[in-house]
Amino acid sequence: MKRYDLIVIGAGPSGLSAAIEAAKRGLSVVVFDENEKPGGQLFKQIHKFFGSKAHKAKIRGFNIGEMLLKEADAAGVKVVLNATVTGMYLDKEILVRQENAMVHYKGDSIIIATGAAENTITFDGWTLPGVMGAGAAQTMMNVMGIQPGKKILMLGSGNVGLVVSYQLMQAGCEVVAVVDAAPKVGGYGVHAAKVARCGVPFYLSHTVIRADGNEMVEKVVIAEVDAHFKPIEGTEKAFDVDTICIAVGLSPMSQLLKMSGCEMEDNPKKGGQVPIIDDFGETSIPGVFASGDVSGIEEASSAMIEGKMSGICAAEYLGYCTEAEKESALARLEEDLDNLRQGMFAPKNRGQAIELTDEGIELSKSLLTKGYMEDADMERFPGVTHTKGVHPVIECTQNIPCNPCQDACPQKCIMVGDDITALPIIDEERACIDCGMCVASCSGQAIFLVDEDAGEGQATVTFPYEFLPLPEKGDIGIALNRKGEALCEAKIVKVKTSKAFDHTALVTMAVPQEQAMSARFYRKENN
Amino acid sequence: MLNYARHILVSFFIEIKKVNKGETMNRITEHPILGKPEKGRLVTFFFDNKPVEGYEGEPIAAALKAEGLMVHRYTQKKHEPRGMFCAIGRCTDCVMVVDGEPNIRTCVTPLKEGMVVQTQDGIRPKVTDEGNKKQ
Repeated sequence: MKRYDLIVIGAGPSGLSAAIEAAKRGLSVVVFDENEKPGGQLFKQIHKFFGSKAHKAKIRGFNIGEMLLKEADAAGVKVVLNATVTGMYLDKEILVRQENAMVHYKGDSIIIATGAAENTITFDGWTLPGVMGAGAAQTMMNVMGIQPGKKILMLGSGNVGLVVSYQLMQAGCEVVAVVDAAPKVGGYGVHAAKVARCGVPFYLSHTVIRADGNEMVEKVVIAEVDAHFKPIEGTEKAFDVDTICIAVGLSPMSQLLKMSGCEMEDNPKKGGQVPIIDDFGETSIPGVFASGDVSGIEEASSAMIEGKMSGICAAEYLGYCTEAEKESALARLEEDLDNLRQGMFAPKNRGQAIELTDEGIELSKSLLTKGYMEDADMERFPGVTHTKGVHPVIECTQNIPCNPCQDACPQKCIMVGDDITALPIIDEERACIDCGMCVASCSGQAIFLVDEDAGEGQATVTFPYEFLPLPEKGDIGIALNRKGEALCEAKIVKVKTSKAFDHTALVTMAVPQEQAMSARFYRKENN
Repeated sequence: MLNYARHILVSFFIEIKKVNKGETMNRITEHPILGKPEKGRLVTFFFDNKPVEGYEGEPIAAALKAEGLMVHRYTQKKHEPRGMFCAIGRCTDCVMVVDGEPNIRTCVTPLKEGMVVQTQDGIRPKVTDEGNKKQ
């Protein structure tokens, strides 16, 4: 039986981060993963991450994955793939299926970072081919390079549902609707807004009644639900679709922890059955740690920090670093983690009705119920000003932990402050130089550069664009409002791409002056 | 008889055309963030006795989906169709008979040249239309 100082189960963001920290401190580390490739779900995440520099904000998930793999390699972490851990027993012994053999290993410490699995809900026809998890759709388009379908309905308006809806459109698919039984959009308003401005309708307080089709999905029927989530008769609406994506949350894959005898709890705020752990991931069994989604559903950014914490604790547990070293490393990480766990979407605020921002500003109701903001809502937020000349308009209206815009602006026009969940404020005294760095850095695609008076009764609006084909200078098309409705004619006056923008193109369109604060997107007339 | 021969000839040419096309209905040829997908060598495999093309090393399910083939199996008792559901090897809805072995998770099994992939019915290969004709 082979023995290691540390066995990590799961080579996703958390497991790899844990392994790196431990290996750096001299432990012999092995990571087992059942998949063919390491990185967990990171390589499916093609959007820019939120957070601050410490959280690798504004970097796309798959790039973070590549960074992690390099770091793991440099630290001498051994990653064994196609290796399914099937059991964990007394004295930190595990059984791994490799090829067709079962192999025994023993760790002096173990970190379980097995992540989470997608939840599903059932309805008539839910087993038809064409009904799939939103994560499955993400895997197909971003890893396999295959469109999950041509016409798709998204069930679930949490961040996964919203981000995947947007990615489906990037992959050339049509999203016919985002549906959620809850009365409010579950994910970030900025994610909803970038889907809504492409013209995708949101059906809140609606659910899927059934999927129809002979051998595969051909049609979906949704209906409005009452306060008790019961469908209201007569409110049915049908859509011709070939695919239904289900994004109704994740559940921790904590079976190994339960099997090994760790104390467990059912905690709805953490997504289900989770081990009881201390602040740094140690379970009720000394030397056994849990980190990432398996210990409570959050996201990759926090999973990486939790992984680092467990890796450091395992090192100290086995005497590879002193308690003082551990304490100082943990203090820094705790601060990073704490920063991510603030704001209105923080785990502690789950299920609470929040109506005001931390600044005391009333939230946009239409953003929460329809996915986009009404023009009138904009004016009360500190990122929206009417400065002369080109200036940023920041449609960031919820307290979420994110601040790359502040660092991106070379003129220091944008201020978030030390509390990274604060709404960005425009400093009107400082002149915007129209560089576009803020637009490209905003993970929520919520920053626009607007010149409300560009001459001859025209205004210009620069917006982030992540679709193909790119509009070209001189193109004439249609300007869309935040709801994705046709507003007026738009002429493309500039298209800027740059390595620094990381595949976000900055498209500038000219529109009639009175549409300066309404026109937010563009489409060529003929689609 | 003559009609049948013509039918076979026509379907043969359709197959050739399809094989030569290279790009198929569901493949993403260029992505705004990911660029052009990196793929292995184009190889031929067999789906229910028909030659189909896919890229070596991609999941079998991806190659099938690219061709619009979505029914992977029929359930044992009710013979209901099932397809790819989780795409990461957890749910086992996409299992098929691959090279004679049933219950192979096609979403995580890499495609190889000449693989024989069959729609699964219960735990056996489904008797396909062509099989029916022969009977």
